[in-house]
This record gives sequence, structure tokens and C-alpha cells, in this order.
Amino acid sequence: MIEIQDIHKSFGDKKVLTGIDAIFEPGKVSLIIGGSGSGKSTLLKCIVGLHKPEQGKVFFNKQEFTTMDFEEKVPIRKEIGMLFQNSALFDSMTVEQNIIFTLDMFSDMSKSEKRDRANFCLERVNLLNTNKLFPSELSGGMKKRVGIARAIAMSPKYLFCDEPNSGLDPATSILIDELVQELTQEYQCTTVVVTHDMNSVMGIGEYIMFLYKGQKFWEGSNQDMLHSDVQELNDFVFASPLMKAARDVIK
Amino acid sequence: MIFYYLGEYILLLKKVFKRPEKWRVYWKEIMHEMSEIGVGSIGLILIISTFIGAVMTMQIAFQLDSDFIPRSVIGQINRDSNILELGPTISALVLMGKVGSSISSQIGSMRVTEQIDALEIMGINAAGYLILPKLIAGVIMVPVLVIIAIVCALVGGLFGGVLTGAVTTNEYVQGIQGNFNGFTVAVAMVKAFVYGFIITSVPAYKGFHVRGGALEVGQAGTRAVVIGCITILACDYIITASML
Repeated sequence: MIEIQDIHKSFGDKKVLTGIDAIFEPGKVSLIIGGSGSGKSTLLKCIVGLHKPEQGKVFFNKQEFTTMDFEEKVPIRKEIGMLFQNSALFDSMTVEQNIIFTLDMFSDMSKSEKRDRANFCLERVNLLNTNKLFPSELSGGMKKRVGIARAIAMSPKYLFCDEPNSGLDPATSILIDELVQELTQEYQCTTVVVTHDMNSVMGIGEYIMFLYKGQKFWEGSNQDMLHSDVQELNDFVFASPLMKAARDVIK
Repeated sequence: MIFYYLGEYILLLKKVFKRPEKWRVYWKEIMHEMSEIGVGSIGLILIISTFIGAVMTMQIAFQLDSDFIPRSVIGQINRDSNILELGPTISALVLMGKVGSSISSQIGSMRVTEQIDALEIMGINAAGYLILPKLIAGVIMVPVLVIIAIVCALVGGLFGGVLTGAVTTNEYVQGIQGNFNGFTVAVAMVKAFVYGFIITSVPAYKGFHVRGGALEVGQAGTRAVVIGCITILACDYIITASML
């Protein structure tokens, strides 16, 4: 479980996050949604420790993460898998090397065990026989799937995805969403996804947090969202005629 | 402002020298970097230092054109100036351009494409993993390259002198053997060691702290080379003044 309490973050004079509280539960896919510049990615970076919030606390299984130094964070970080918006695969390494990199660093597995683990992770994301390819030889969707394979290599307890569907066609987006949901169930991990893809919101959003101008404006499930009266949320979620029509049909 | 950057640079070095997560992985990286920095630069060093040696011989011969000065002095001056100054410093400036810009853009593009963030989230000391192998490779390989540069410059000097008739082989060989002071090589090695550290650490620092995109990565590379070259020349002065 991840708990965040009263997170504040600003860059210079610009306040990006103001007093965010939330609890992300294991075995559930939690989504952080909001318009561009609402602070979604900044919040995610505060949670994983890439940004230090000026105020507030982040707890991973009741251990306070924000006050830990680098060495103290390492055991928790070994349990974190993260999929970046642009995949952030290591260019100089092959797909297999990318996946076994953390195993190289933190495990005493033999070469063949690591190769087996890489193959297992690649099979899990339907990318067998791509071991020797470099990231530059992969399509956007394949990169995302390798990113997921790398994230699950150490069997994570916490999975973070920063806009996993950006730049992907609808079919691949759905595939990635399903994969994230399946892996959350399989590893019973606490999954936090930052997105503004409405298909994801309606498809996998078990807990949704809506950020507006750096503040938590609304929280609930995708079903709650359909019946919400919050104007800002409705303006964001049902901005397109297609979504409006879908809501009317469902209602 | 300069103290801000200096402080940031020292803090980065503090992170770099933290205990590695796994020496075996770092060892592989060190070998790779030694090949990149050392083997990858031999050709360039070979060409540049050979020509510098040849030109030096001709210029010294031109300036010492007197019946009262033995021709062997040409070899002697060429040897000492190559060992003390041209070998280490010119090689370092050339390597700063080649290796330095490559290190800065490599680390800079890893920063802007979130690869460094990915390393940190995995619990890996990104500064240590990315910079320490380069630093170690630099302080080992730059002195090796400097020795190669000095030898090439001396050989180039012989060819330059003999081909233009400025000096005979015997006179030149006699010159480079005469009044040799081994301490000059020690000075050259101290310089090479310090330069090796600068050539790798300054661009790594600039690359590691890039913010923005491709444009900023390019600008960081240029700044790294400029700052690195000035630092090399400043250290050249300090080492020469304190050791000679």
C-alpha cells in the first residue's frame, strides 16, 4: 500500500501541487488523471522520489519514504517497477540486457537463470524472440512492452506507469491497459498510472484521482465518475462529443 | 555563481565515489570505457602528435640556425618540450574535444530521455554507474595516450628533420638521448593523470545536469569542452609552477 499525505511541490514561484492526500491499495489499478499541467507527472515523481516535496509524506507499506536517504531507499526501490512515458530504455543495451540489468545489479542469479527470467518477462508481454534487438529497432508499442517487461523483472510490489498509452494506436493502448491490469492482479502490486487516456480511465480505473490546478479535485471509481456532478471533472472527462454520447447512452 | 557550480560539481563527485552496487558490472563498464577512450583515440593522437613533432623539429632548426649551436640541440629541445608540454597538454585539449563532447552528450541525452531517472528508480546510484567507470578509464588511459603521443612526436620529429635536411638521424638521436632528466616524465604523467580526471569529470558533470531537450544537450557539450579546456590550461600552469 502507498499512502501520500499533504504533498506540496513548487518550482520557483509556481505552485504545482497543493496538499494532495491519497491511499493507493495493492491489487488495484489506481489512476491519476487531469489536464496538461495539472501536476500528474510531478505527483508521480514525488511518490517515487525523483522530486522531493517541500511538504508532506509518502509511505510505502507504512515506511516513510520521503525522509530516507539514498541507501535507505534502495530496498524499497528494488520493489518498484516503472514504465516511463517514452519508455526510457537504455539505448546502448539490447532488449534482453535492458530486462536483466537490475538482476545483474542486485541478484546473484546465474547467466542462464537471468536469460530464463528475461524470456519469461518477454513472453508475458508477447515479445518473444526480440532479445537481441536494440531499442532503436522497436516500434513505440514494442518499446512500451519492453518497458513493462523491464519493470516486472524483479517481481515488483509497486508498479508506476507514466502515460503508458501516449503515442500509441487505440488497439495497442488497450493491449497495454490489459497488460497493466493483468500484472497488477498477478503480482498483487500497488499500481499507479498517470494518464489522460479516457479509454484507460473507463477500462481499468478502479480508483481514480482527478487533479485540477495542482489540487485533488475528485476521487472515486470509473462508475462514480459517470454520475459525478463536478463540473471541472465532467469538462475534462467528457470533453469529446464521443464521450458525451457514450455517457448519455450509459446514463 | 562559480561557487554554486563548483559546489554542485563536488557534490556530484561525492555521489560518484560511493561504493558501487556490484563491482563486476562496474568492471565491465570500465573495460568498455577504456576501449572507447583509449583505443578509440589512438589514431587521432598518433596523427596529431607525429605532425606536431615534425613541425617542432623544423621550427627549432629554423630558430637555431647558427654555427655556434650543435644540431643535436634540436632533438633535445624537441624532446623536452614534447615531454613537458606538447605531449600532455595538446593531447589533453584534443581529447577534451573528442572524448569530452561525447561523454557530455551521452550522459545529457540519457538525462533528457529519462534513462537516468530510470536508473535511480531501480535503486542504482546513477552518478556512480555512469561516471565512475569513465573517470577510472580516463585516469588510466590518458597517461597511456600521452606516452604514445610523446613517442610519436619524437619519431615524427626525426622524420620531419631528416626529410627536410634540418638535422641528420645521428644528430637527432644524439640530441634526444643527451642530458635526459627523468623527472620531466614524472611531470608529464602527473599532468596526464589530472587531465584524465578533467576530461571525464567536467563533461560528465555538464551532461548529468542538463535540463531541457536536444538543443540543451548540444549546448552542454560545447560548454563542457570550453570549460574543460580552460581548466586543463589552468591546471597546466599550476602543475608546472609547483613541480618545476
